Amino acid sequence: MPDKKPISSVNDFVVRFANVNGSGSASANEMFARAILRHGVPVSPRNIFPSNIQGLPTWYEVRVTEDGHLGARGGVDMMVAMNPQTWDKDVAGIEPGGYLFYDSTKPMPSTKFRDDITVIGVPLTAITNSTYTDPRQRQLFKNIIYLGALSALLDMDPKLIEQLIGEQYKGKEKLLSSNVHALHLGRDWALQNLKCPIGLRVKKSDKVGDRIFIEGNSAAALGAVYGGATVCAWYPITPSSSVAEAFTAHCKKYRHDPDTGKAKYAIVQGEDELASIGIVIGASWNGARAFTATSGPGISLMTEFIGLSYFAEIPAVIMNIQRAGPSTGMPTRTQQCDIIACAYASHGDTKHVLLFPEDPAEAFEFAAASFDLAERLQTTIFLMLDLDIGMNHRLCRPLKWDDARQYDRGKVMTAEMLEEGRDFGRYLDVDGDGIPYRTYPGTHPTKGSYFTRGTSRDRYARYSEEGPVYADNMQRLVRKFETAQDLVPRPLQANAERPTKYGVIYFGSTSPAMDEAIGLLEARGHQLDRLRIRAFPFHSSVASFLAEHDFVYVVEQNRDSQLRQLIVNENGIDPVRLVPIVHYDGSPITARFIAKAIGDHQDHLKVTPLRKAVS
Amino acid sequence: MTYIAKPKFHHPGLKKNELGYTHRDYEGKISTLCAGCGHDSITASIIEACYELSIEPHRVAKISGIGCSSKTPDYFLGNSHGFNSVHGRMPSVLTGANLANRDLIYLGVSGDGDSASIGFGQFAHSIRRGVNMTYIVENNGVYGLTKGQFSATADRGSKSKKGVTNTDNAIDLVAIALQLGATFVARSFSGDKTQLVPLIAAAIRHKGASFIDVISPCIAFNNHAGSTKSFDYVREHNDAVNRLDVLVGRDPIAVDYAPGTVQMVEQHDGSKIALRKIDADYDPHDRLGAMTFLQKHAAKGQIVTGLLYVDPDAEDLHEHLNTVETPLNSLEADALCPGSAVLDKINASLR
Repeated sequence: MPDKKPISSVNDFVVRFANVNGSGSASANEMFARAILRHGVPVSPRNIFPSNIQGLPTWYEVRVTEDGHLGARGGVDMMVAMNPQTWDKDVAGIEPGGYLFYDSTKPMPSTKFRDDITVIGVPLTAITNSTYTDPRQRQLFKNIIYLGALSALLDMDPKLIEQLIGEQYKGKEKLLSSNVHALHLGRDWALQNLKCPIGLRVKKSDKVGDRIFIEGNSAAALGAVYGGATVCAWYPITPSSSVAEAFTAHCKKYRHDPDTGKAKYAIVQGEDELASIGIVIGASWNGARAFTATSGPGISLMTEFIGLSYFAEIPAVIMNIQRAGPSTGMPTRTQQCDIIACAYASHGDTKHVLLFPEDPAEAFEFAAASFDLAERLQTTIFLMLDLDIGMNHRLCRPLKWDDARQYDRGKVMTAEMLEEGRDFGRYLDVDGDGIPYRTYPGTHPTKGSYFTRGTSRDRYARYSEEGPVYADNMQRLVRKFETAQDLVPRPLQANAERPTKYGVIYFGSTSPAMDEAIGLLEARGHQLDRLRIRAFPFHSSVASFLAEHDFVYVVEQNRDSQLRQLIVNENGIDPVRLVPIVHYDGSPITARFIAKAIGDHQDHLKVTPLRKAVS
Repeated sequence: MTYIAKPKFHHPGLKKNELGYTHRDYEGKISTLCAGCGHDSITASIIEACYELSIEPHRVAKISGIGCSSKTPDYFLGNSHGFNSVHGRMPSVLTGANLANRDLIYLGVSGDGDSASIGFGQFAHSIRRGVNMTYIVENNGVYGLTKGQFSATADRGSKSKKGVTNTDNAIDLVAIALQLGATFVARSFSGDKTQLVPLIAAAIRHKGASFIDVISPCIAFNNHAGSTKSFDYVREHNDAVNRLDVLVGRDPIAVDYAPGTVQMVEQHDGSKIALRKIDADYDPHDRLGAMTFLQKHAAKGQIVTGLLYVDPDAEDLHEHLNTVETPLNSLEADALCPGSAVLDKINASLR
């Protein structure tokens, strides 16, 4: 018996799998998470992987959470330690009273264990080798065997796992039966040789409801399909590549003309990020809905074109799946660190629209909306995801689409409008909203053509270096950006139960951890009003929120509190009133971290001044 | 690039083409390039070719990068949309535009600084993708806008205006285009309108990636003794392999043919190139032969001009991608959006 009482918890614990990259563990681990979902218990899984194809350590963490907390929690209740390279670190990371599951085929010295945890050994290699002769089979089925053993230890219903295997290998009977066999090899061994179940258990529940389980990148790609994107140009870069790959898969399924079999889309893998955004801009200039997906280093390469898009007023959509920077940074670790780089991308005075979805459902909605916004505003729209949302499965509400919805193609002057004698000046502010009309190439034989350029020009697109003409154009661009404030998704505010002079601002993938942290803070006696920012430019309600609170915490996942910088810059607020809460080690921010950081600060604020204490 | 528009009046007796357009309808603004610039001659040849082909001017999209050459789209086809993008990135912008609307004619105008240096990659990849375009490089071997630096097409050993000798090897864009799989490759000289006009016309008619390298002397910075891109040097070393004419179902364009054999090349759209060979042994359907021929003559200091290679059965990027005939930019929600019923099924599959 361990010298610490084993953790006992039903439907609320964290299991972490430590594997070797390339060992085929990913599908077994994901099946574990899905199996718990089939029990009606919410899960929140996360891939923690190296920037490497094979051989290096990789982890997959599953947070089992009946309360539905989808942020990372921090800490590990059960470690499935399958990687000798990371053994010491993995064992050290287990919570006191937690569990260590390992392959006991080869004996380990007692110094490799801890006294305050429960150690569970299963001779996985021995079981596998006695059953399979093919080396690849041995490697793959070992993962299913430990899945079977875990199902017994955690009291999971094997039929639900068999059902999943059946769905995964539908039509491939041989694979189906051999996987089910491996599952039961592990399960039966555990039942016969171990005390099952342990303190951590999965009990059937009904907390998943109709929610879906999807990766943010896939949802964003689906949003692009529904939003009418027809041209996608991209260049592979982690963690964004799966956006383009998912878009390709979705298009192959849903975008072929049934009569001819021809594609109603064009996808080009560019030679680099510069070409990708160039293709997007060329296509958008010519009236197609186009996008690219990239990450921080790609944004750096695209900035010249982004400046052109801003100044020449050409629609473009960039999905930026952020990773830890600067430079190559940590390619497979998450951050929200491109806020400033995207908000003011390119040289000269620029401002760009940023959208911050919190989960895959919003990634879908915002991706679809980004094409409307890009065409309405004739500018670049950044969809700011990050690795934590993009490459991890999340539970989220089902995706929805209104079939009556038509695309907003923005202000496009047609041949008929030109024939009517409408005055066409490419950069005329006809409606006072800063948004001019454009024409597509080929519209009219004699009217409506113009020359697009990145150099200064007058309202009729005629080249001009006159100062007042340039300033007039730049001011109109500011008006257009102000117009954008009311077109982009508005912030969502939630007030504390009791009136408070403290607030917190957060955005994007921080959202689920923040939601959970509020509960932890309330338990500690702190009340905070919340504002989740969903877009830049900031809606006027952001300024109101700042005005209504003495101190506002800004929680984000980068070193320099970039959103805070942007808020200060755009609102002219005293920076002292905005307290940065930053997390930037590349791992997803946790509720525990937020609650501690804000809670500690709040505690300091509550200290009674000395003069009052002594009087 | 200029804000000075040409006067709109013209002589009522100006000759009209099949569509009723005169030369004036294919002109643009007044050029602000140096008097005598080879680029203006290329502009005149583009105007002539489009007039001869009876192209609707507004159905052309003219796209360029940055530099003297990239200014020239402002000087032709005034009723067309133009796009002066960023340095060296014309090919990607053109590729995107082409993907959006396959029905327009795409004319990419670039320079040697634009295409052989900063845009070398984009040049290469647009060619290898088979984008249906006419890609013209106005090649003067020098950076004119920044006053006389060598470009990557300047020949080794040639001299700058200041007397500096170029020690770097030259990039031959024609050789590269052949290697990359361009299906129409030609070289010409801005001072030889007789050769250049039908080459441009044939390139526009060609379906696939057409590339024309036009040596175009820079009158200000690269037209001196010691330059291999000067008017005199090119005239003295020009070795034309053929002259051609483009037949689009009407009378042939009158050009001054040199004696030799005639070969007819039928294009996708039914137009024909009448190829009058000067070098009787030259076969413009032999890519490898063209590459060898080019290298042999380059070694002798000769500039081979004419239609060097053509594949009349070429496919373009849209065929590679199997895209619908309807331009992608005209598809709306009813054609593109799978709808809520499909989304419900997708949701069900994700539980």
